[in-house]
Amino acid sequence: MPQTLFSKVWNSHLVRPQTSDTPAVLYIDLHLVHEVTSPQAFTLLRERGLKVRHPDRTMATMDHSTPTTPRNAQGIIPVTDVLAIKQLDQFTKNCNDFGIPLYELGTENQGIVHVIGPEQGLTQPGMTIVCGDSHTSTHGAFGALAFGIGTSEVGHVLATQTLLQYEPKTMAVKVDGRLSAGVTAKDIILAIIAQIGVGGGTGYVFEYMGEAIRALSMEARMTVCNMSIEGGARAGMIAPDETTFQYVAGRPYAPKGATWDEAVAQWRTLPTEDGAVFDHDITLDANTLTPMITYGTNPGMGIPINGRVPDPDRLSNVDERVAMDKALTYMGLQPNQSLLGQKIDVVFLGSCTNSRISDLREAARMIQGHKVSDSVRMMVVPGSQQVKAQAEREGLHEIFRAAGAEWREAGCSMCIAMNGDQLEPGQYAVSTSNRNFEGRQGKGGRTFLASPLTAVATALSGVVTDPRELYTPEMA
Amino acid sequence: MSENAKITTFTGRLAPLPINDIDTDQIIPARYLKTTDKEGLGKAAFFDWRYDAKGEPKPEFVLNQAQYQGASVMVAGTNFGCGSSREHAPWALIGAGLQAVVSTYFADIFRSNALKNGLLPIIVDQETQHQLMSLAQEDPTTQVTIDLASQTLTLPDGRAVTFPIDPFSKHCLLNGVDQLGFLLALEETQAYEASHPQRVETTQFA
Repeated sequence: MPQTLFSKVWNSHLVRPQTSDTPAVLYIDLHLVHEVTSPQAFTLLRERGLKVRHPDRTMATMDHSTPTTPRNAQGIIPVTDVLAIKQLDQFTKNCNDFGIPLYELGTENQGIVHVIGPEQGLTQPGMTIVCGDSHTSTHGAFGALAFGIGTSEVGHVLATQTLLQYEPKTMAVKVDGRLSAGVTAKDIILAIIAQIGVGGGTGYVFEYMGEAIRALSMEARMTVCNMSIEGGARAGMIAPDETTFQYVAGRPYAPKGATWDEAVAQWRTLPTEDGAVFDHDITLDANTLTPMITYGTNPGMGIPINGRVPDPDRLSNVDERVAMDKALTYMGLQPNQSLLGQKIDVVFLGSCTNSRISDLREAARMIQGHKVSDSVRMMVVPGSQQVKAQAEREGLHEIFRAAGAEWREAGCSMCIAMNGDQLEPGQYAVSTSNRNFEGRQGKGGRTFLASPLTAVATALSGVVTDPRELYTPEMA
Repeated sequence: MSENAKITTFTGRLAPLPINDIDTDQIIPARYLKTTDKEGLGKAAFFDWRYDAKGEPKPEFVLNQAQYQGASVMVAGTNFGCGSSREHAPWALIGAGLQAVVSTYFADIFRSNALKNGLLPIIVDQETQHQLMSLAQEDPTTQVTIDLASQTLTLPDGRAVTFPIDPFSKHCLLNGVDQLGFLLALEETQAYEASHPQRVETTQFA
């Protein structure tokens, strides 16, 4: 029977198949760990006298509670929040005690966990990858099966390198056609989620396919897979191809020499075979896609940037009407209004969705020679120290600074707003991150999710702006 | 609550929260994740819905209302627990006194996390959900009985609705079996490792 990419990766990692009484036991090739969702798992190991089974299949970094403020004279990024200090110190101790390699705050490879995995070549096609973080779906862009887990499961993987899992269903998400100028991977995924809703992918693993997906760069594919969870799918995958192999080649942990050739030969066997059956499929036309923006308080509440905020009164389902009313009240918006021209206080360019070097290059090309509006605070937060260093080698930091944007240290920053980078109550932000939940970017803060291009266009004018007004072919 | 607490039958009052797509950032805002413990998170549950900017309880929020004090079963809108993977969400709900949440469906990671901590994610059809919501709103003394062995939720009128739960989680919860113990005892893991080359060695540059 023809197999899907998902089923090939799933089947090749079965330590024990699913039975009528028990879930499958899945082997985990790579476990990524960060400071926020791991402490209680290490406590469990200590309580039970357990070791980490494979510290050499585990990689740790600091990202969530770390500040992105400038280094001091000694080159150190000072942490001032006492709770963060305690959490980070405990994390360092946990990694040291259990022999797990750790990228500590400010060191050359530190960064957002979903940026560093691909960057270091740890993320490779056909692997199983987990992390106590829902945006682990990002790594699926390489044809890996990658998904977020809870802290109990972090403990399970630390202790056994395995995980109990029921086999999910599969959904083919086909994006035909070609993107127009100024429309990006972020707009593809926001349009998909607007179509299926935040719960539409619950119980599924997505496989993104079609001409528009194949045409995306590796980093753009990561943007798409990153937000699979915002459509409810724990994982999203893209079949590996030449784009994938070129991206992985030469990275520190990538196979080398003859091993590389063997690996690529194996990776070429991964794509879904003709005739393979999915449990569900949806289609999107890239030709008609415009820049997208969210208006509400979950990522499914998205519209074309030149569209209008929906009218709750037109919804027949009472629960949905109540939800949309609540969202519009929180956001301070009116039914049927346009978002174009909406005044913005903060623009955030960053997060595991859109903080890679290609995102920063794209944003820099549009912002170069222009000034951020006086009424806007624009924060640029590179995804990792490596991204930051590369951007600085290319002079991108000077372009952002000259435009009046803040150039900050690497981390999750205002995507999750637990490190002091946050909105004030009532403020509006255009953010390249992945969640617009109430208070996500600071209590009372109001978030519009959009692409880096939309973020820059908005920063320059001070109001929500269609990036196609500023986009020129030279920016491609 | 530990991973191996036993659950059989319990009876509790309902707390209605008729909102769809309640995400884990509402269940526990991220600023309360700077902890290294599971304990003490109950006070952070629904913090931004529960307290105003000055930290005063908002009287309109269900868990602040006298008639719903002590409720142990939350009835919520559809797709409860979407968003992040934080297990702090079930820890906070348990800390706030909840033993079960009823919805038409749950986000995958939240449901998995809840089951590992003995917080029952109870899936019912929309009609039952609406009925429970109305009962809870009209009469805060309304009680339901949840029996895990028979997978039933019994309404005050005696009607019992069944709910799905995977057989392994049910077995673990009923018998106090811990899932990590199951994985640790598995002999197949070693055999798998012997026959499958290591994909990446994270310590190679250490």
